Amino acid sequence: MDILYKIFLDPFVQMGAAPDLLVQTLWDGLVAGVLYALIALGFVLIFKASGVFNFAQGIMVVFAALTLVGLYEHGVPAFLALVLTIAVMYGLAFAVERVVLRPLINQPDIILFMATFGLTYFLIGLGELVFGGDPKVMISDQLLLPRGAYEIKMFGGFVQLQKIDIAAAVIASVMVLALGVFFQKTRIGRALRAVADSHKAALSVGISLEYIWVVVWFAAGIVALATGIMWGARSNVSFALEIIALKALPVLILGGFTSIPGAIVGGVIIGVGEKIGEFYWGPLLGSGIESWLAYVIALIFLLFRPQGLFGERIIERI
Amino acid sequence: MRARGSADVAAGEVILSVEDVSLAFGGVRALTDVSFDIRKGEIRAIIGPNGAGKTSMLNVINGFYHPQRGRITFQGKARTRMRPYEAARGGIARTFQNVALFRGMSALDNIMAGRTLAMHANLVFQFVRFGPALNEEVAHRRRVEEIIDFLEIPHIRKVPVGRLPYGLQKRVELGRALAMEPQLLLLDEPMAGMNLEEKEDMSRFILDVNNIFGTTIALIEHDMGVVMDLSDRVVVLEYGRKIADGTPDQIKTDQKVIDAYLGVAH
Repeated sequence: MDILYKIFLDPFVQMGAAPDLLVQTLWDGLVAGVLYALIALGFVLIFKASGVFNFAQGIMVVFAALTLVGLYEHGVPAFLALVLTIAVMYGLAFAVERVVLRPLINQPDIILFMATFGLTYFLIGLGELVFGGDPKVMISDQLLLPRGAYEIKMFGGFVQLQKIDIAAAVIASVMVLALGVFFQKTRIGRALRAVADSHKAALSVGISLEYIWVVVWFAAGIVALATGIMWGARSNVSFALEIIALKALPVLILGGFTSIPGAIVGGVIIGVGEKIGEFYWGPLLGSGIESWLAYVIALIFLLFRPQGLFGERIIERI
Repeated sequence: MRARGSADVAAGEVILSVEDVSLAFGGVRALTDVSFDIRKGEIRAIIGPNGAGKTSMLNVINGFYHPQRGRITFQGKARTRMRPYEAARGGIARTFQNVALFRGMSALDNIMAGRTLAMHANLVFQFVRFGPALNEEVAHRRRVEEIIDFLEIPHIRKVPVGRLPYGLQKRVELGRALAMEPQLLLLDEPMAGMNLEEKEDMSRFILDVNNIFGTTIALIEHDMGVVMDLSDRVVVLEYGRKIADGTPDQIKTDQKVIDAYLGVAH
């Protein structure tokens, strides 16, 4: 009886007893979720347009952040470094299309997936070679990102909102909205969706796959850069960030591999679920459940809705 | 309307010529030394038994396949290798045997996708959907609405094409090809799997496209009645080789063609 009480009642009693703590936990979860969502968004962009699961998305985040900080350390002014980093991400997209995707055109998906593994290790090597392997501090102040926190009094306690977290949420929302409009309402957006649906039909109406791939990899690179800046500002910039990219997997399973809104909702569910789980149920299991809870949520989800919340349901006629 | 198979296009200008084209996949020879031409304004049928290389021929023309040998001259420009989007840019549009639509998109968006090449506003304007990009959307939308009216499908404009019945999907696919305002339209079995009524509708659209827009059409079709009614000239393939070429009347009485279709005692 005691264990049932601890699982089903006690956490909710705690939530009711200290609502300010609950709000704080929800907020922390939301912020983590937004960042997961940003990483997942990078995956979704590339998966939608080329059917490639880009294992290198995580390292692209690190690589973008490293390039930014590295350039600054070499004496380039912060905002110029930002522009140059965007240019580097474009160069990367262009090179990936030329060297990786084009020679592998019409190969099975698994080959392309393996190629992105190769790309991951190449980028790790290149990043270490050029910028060194030591963790770096994100240049948040130079990029005029806010610092400090707001403390809001509520429920007899207070909730602390880091300004950088608010900025992250705002930037992520703006990015998602812009991408949504771009995908739904413009010629290139339509071409992207066309390529996602059928390569041969897209080719037949004169869409160049090469061009579209450069566009999506560049978009994914920009998303990676934004993610890198935000993560980097909270912790620091190192190759350890790459591990966090794996958190995007449960997010994708939840949201569906092809849905931009799915990435956002999935990210928030995972982020919030993780923090709430850790805070209220973690002690029962000796804590540290944050690192695996997301995968368990995803696993349960797979049983009931394998295509994800917003994914396209696959119906095949036989 | 002029009579089909009449001589008035016979003397016309050649829009596309295929010379000695050979295509093989490893040891499988899909096409062997095939030569024929398509004249401006005609409806040219490509027929033949299953596996004769008809679809391979279309794939060669629109750049999906690159023949190992031979030459293709389209509107005076010769080439052996070309990418599909370059073919599209040059004015070649096509439909597919097993309908290749953008399934997640509405009928309208599918046909709008056919306008991709005609639209030029740059990426930045598109991103903010402002000024030139917006005007352009509106102008092209008007052209697309005309095509939708022409094909008599205004009621399914907003329906995701994956949900449409097969006959309508084929019509949307034709609409997407027409939206490109092509010089040469390639139709791969436009009537496969259709019932009689749908076939009649589709025949009417093909004739109208040819008559009203003056579009040159090359089509693959198995229904001999349709082929004989629609086409000006017919080329017949068997095992990747050309066995006959001429007006429908000539083809009907050609001994080789009859043998190919009915089989012959060896």
